[in-house]
Amino acid sequence: MAKVIRRNKPLAVNPLKNSQPVGATLAFLGLARAMPLMHGSQGCTAFAKTQFVRHFREPIPLQTTAMDQVSAVMGADASIVEALDTIFSKNKPQVIGLMTTGLSECQGTDVQMAVREFRQQHPQYADRYVVPVNTPDFSGSLESGFAAAVLAMVETLVPTAEEAGSRPNTRRRQVNVLPSPSMSPGDVEVLKELIEAFELRPVILPDTSDSLDGHLVDQDFVPHTVGGTPISDIQLMGDSCATLVIGAALQPAAEALKQRTGVPDYHFDHLYGLEAMDAFVHRLSLLAERPVPPALERQRAQLQDAMVDCHFMIGQARVALAAEPDHLLAFTELLHSIGAEVVTAVAPASGPALAKLPFAEVKLGDLEDLEQWAQAERAELMIGNSHCAQGAERLGIPLLRVGFPLYDIVGGYQRVTIGYRGSRALLFELANLRLTHNTHEIEPYRSIYGQKLEYRNGDPDHGLRAATACG
Amino acid sequence: MQRKDIAELLNEPACAHNNKSKSGCARPKPGATAGGCAFDGAQIALLPIADVAHIVHGPIACAGSSWDNRGTRSTGPALWRIGMTTDLTEQDVVMGRGEKRLFHSIKQAIDNYSPAAVFVYNTCVPALTGDDIEAVCKSATEKWGVHVVPVDGAGFYGTKNLGNRIAGESMVKHVIGTREPDPVPPEAAREGVTVHDINLIGEYNIAGELWHVLPLLDELGIRVLCTLSGDARYREVQTMHRSEVNMMVCSKAMVNVARKLEERWGTPWFEGSFYGVRDVSKALRDFARIIDDPDLTQRTEALIAREEARVDQMLQPWRERLNGKRALLFTGGVKSWSVVSALQDLGLTVVATGTSKSTEEDKARIRELMGEDTKMLSEGGPRALLDTIRDYQADLLIAGGRNMYTALKARIPFLDINQEREFGYAGYEGMVELARQLALTIENPIWPAVRKPAPWTQPQEGV
Repeated sequence: MAKVIRRNKPLAVNPLKNSQPVGATLAFLGLARAMPLMHGSQGCTAFAKTQFVRHFREPIPLQTTAMDQVSAVMGADASIVEALDTIFSKNKPQVIGLMTTGLSECQGTDVQMAVREFRQQHPQYADRYVVPVNTPDFSGSLESGFAAAVLAMVETLVPTAEEAGSRPNTRRRQVNVLPSPSMSPGDVEVLKELIEAFELRPVILPDTSDSLDGHLVDQDFVPHTVGGTPISDIQLMGDSCATLVIGAALQPAAEALKQRTGVPDYHFDHLYGLEAMDAFVHRLSLLAERPVPPALERQRAQLQDAMVDCHFMIGQARVALAAEPDHLLAFTELLHSIGAEVVTAVAPASGPALAKLPFAEVKLGDLEDLEQWAQAERAELMIGNSHCAQGAERLGIPLLRVGFPLYDIVGGYQRVTIGYRGSRALLFELANLRLTHNTHEIEPYRSIYGQKLEYRNGDPDHGLRAATACG
Repeated sequence: MQRKDIAELLNEPACAHNNKSKSGCARPKPGATAGGCAFDGAQIALLPIADVAHIVHGPIACAGSSWDNRGTRSTGPALWRIGMTTDLTEQDVVMGRGEKRLFHSIKQAIDNYSPAAVFVYNTCVPALTGDDIEAVCKSATEKWGVHVVPVDGAGFYGTKNLGNRIAGESMVKHVIGTREPDPVPPEAAREGVTVHDINLIGEYNIAGELWHVLPLLDELGIRVLCTLSGDARYREVQTMHRSEVNMMVCSKAMVNVARKLEERWGTPWFEGSFYGVRDVSKALRDFARIIDDPDLTQRTEALIAREEARVDQMLQPWRERLNGKRALLFTGGVKSWSVVSALQDLGLTVVATGTSKSTEEDKARIRELMGEDTKMLSEGGPRALLDTIRDYQADLLIAGGRNMYTALKARIPFLDINQEREFGYAGYEGMVELARQLALTIENPIWPAVRKPAPWTQPQEGV
């Protein structure tokens, strides 16, 4: 049980945090034919969009209500109505995710009311959906924003059992999945394959693997998302045999889904490492009433072998970790399972997973904190997003790039770290970072009596340089 | 190499194996042999000499699979890490162009890398076709003005152990005694400290572990003329004949060098180890004892007292963690006892030790350290090792890299103790690293995790 230490300095330096609207946008980008819409000034959208484009290297549909001086003071509900109308008529999405921002929340906007107003004024869009969600950027972070958006999707798009006349397990091979925001599109894709290996049909909410996986399409321009969870699937979630929830952050959404549909749910903190995966696979096998496929057994044995091989490099490694709460817990448990030590854990904001961390304390902070604490704790390895690169370089330690954003590498969005295979790849990567960084080298010592010529030729570093240059 | 030369090298009077029927230099048994060939032994013995161009004369298999695989470290030149081979082709072999190619290879190495010397390692194919590498080396030396030293240890001559001796023999025959040592540098001279010269034979500076020992020797005024061959330079090897005492470090491999230096130059030698607190202290005392300088003896005792107290304090927390853990040690020769004392210093119980390459003398020391009824494993082999680990409830296996995956596949913690390892365990300082590495593997939570069966293979109880 970790105690959460809140930040105690006024200035955030090199922030780790991404805003709640960014998290909510990520979730909405996993819906089919969707357009996320931020209710705020146009900058709120522009910055987020740039961030997404750099991370995914994809065009990202994202719109704004473009609040200006007048609407900021006089009320901006009209801007919402206008924006919804414009987007539906021009871009023709099936669903709009309407997120508030710091500005609109501060102003006191009521997005629910604005949507009702829109419905009255524009009955022609009765077959389209709007999912309003409150995501002020002055609280929470990417994870809580994502979770709030998924909760809003459930409440807005999933009919109650009464409304739909649905009953759990009428589609006996269909399972609902609520994936953690820490899972990349690559992760979600693997998760989908894993479930399908048990002859189950997953309905993933939201399914970023179908929309943000980076694939070329026939059309040259599409104004809304291509791929993602279709609304029609979401409406049938009440028929599923079970809901699988990955990540503590999605607990409220899961709770709402269960209440509305009665579908039983199963919670997993993450899918990193042997133990977590064993529990998940076991559950799938029970739900599907199918044996574990030999291919999975094989992958499990491969992971075990990798654990044995990599523990020499990763064991006792001192790791500094910066991530959203769910991700932090996942990494911590994986690292601990192979004998590494997490010496510093920094989260951008609080989340339910933090309480489960096996430390005395976990700090909410920024990357300056991470850097300082990593230095104080003599960390040997850093794990975090691309923003961590500077600090890692200053400390002279390797960085494993994970999380969001990953803008200085290609394909970060597709990196798979879940499952037996993903965990194995992650262990190899960590071990290789340690190997190539060679932190355990003994300091070369030059005997005062040495007969070696380069000791006395006036360039005391010559030989050493030659040695380091070649390894 | 002539048959009689090989026979002479095999008949090493300083080797205790010579008196017993079972010998480390016995003919390898077809179909049941592990370990390297003579070329392997010759190459690994000399490769750490850092400023030499090491040319492997043969087809690609010899150098191709072995270059840059040595875990030793250099404070200076990195030339030794450059893989060089004549890479003989079918044409060379059929047309008898091997010697010519070698001659030009030597020139290329000298032109491009300005080595302090060139070593030419013979291999099976040119040995069979009859390339006269000695003549090529001689003529290259005359022509290019750089020492070119033949190391005639083709693989089929015998085992790795023999190869080590062939390498040593080449040094004695061609290199040692060709230069006088430099005077002690004035800036290193200290008042009241007489500098004594020594050699460390069979010390390879694995992972830089010699750097844990050198500062102690410097402090005592002991100058290492040459380590054969960790972090050595050619010009140091040349001066080895001038030492006052030679230490055979942890290895019988080049015992012929020590013996021949004694025969030819009258240098006394002793066998010792830098592994474990007790052994480091003993080695330092042996130097003082043989050099027989009362002042050195006194300063040695003071240094030992200080260092032992210091390392004892550093090891205390580790001892608490490692106390009572049971280790199976399987390694060759001297290490079979030298590492035992190191492990015992850390509070481990050594339940059994391998003696496949140990001499009677080694075995006597093992009994002294571990008691009369200690289990000695004369045969390696994965099955025997694993059975012993189970029977004796060992917590880990300590062995060479070759046995690593035997242990790991059987889900047993492992510590690599041989030359491929990446961590330095020598000296007082090295003990702390040894403790850290032991704890790293023994305490690692992966072991229970990889031994646990998958949950779906277990009988169900209300999931």
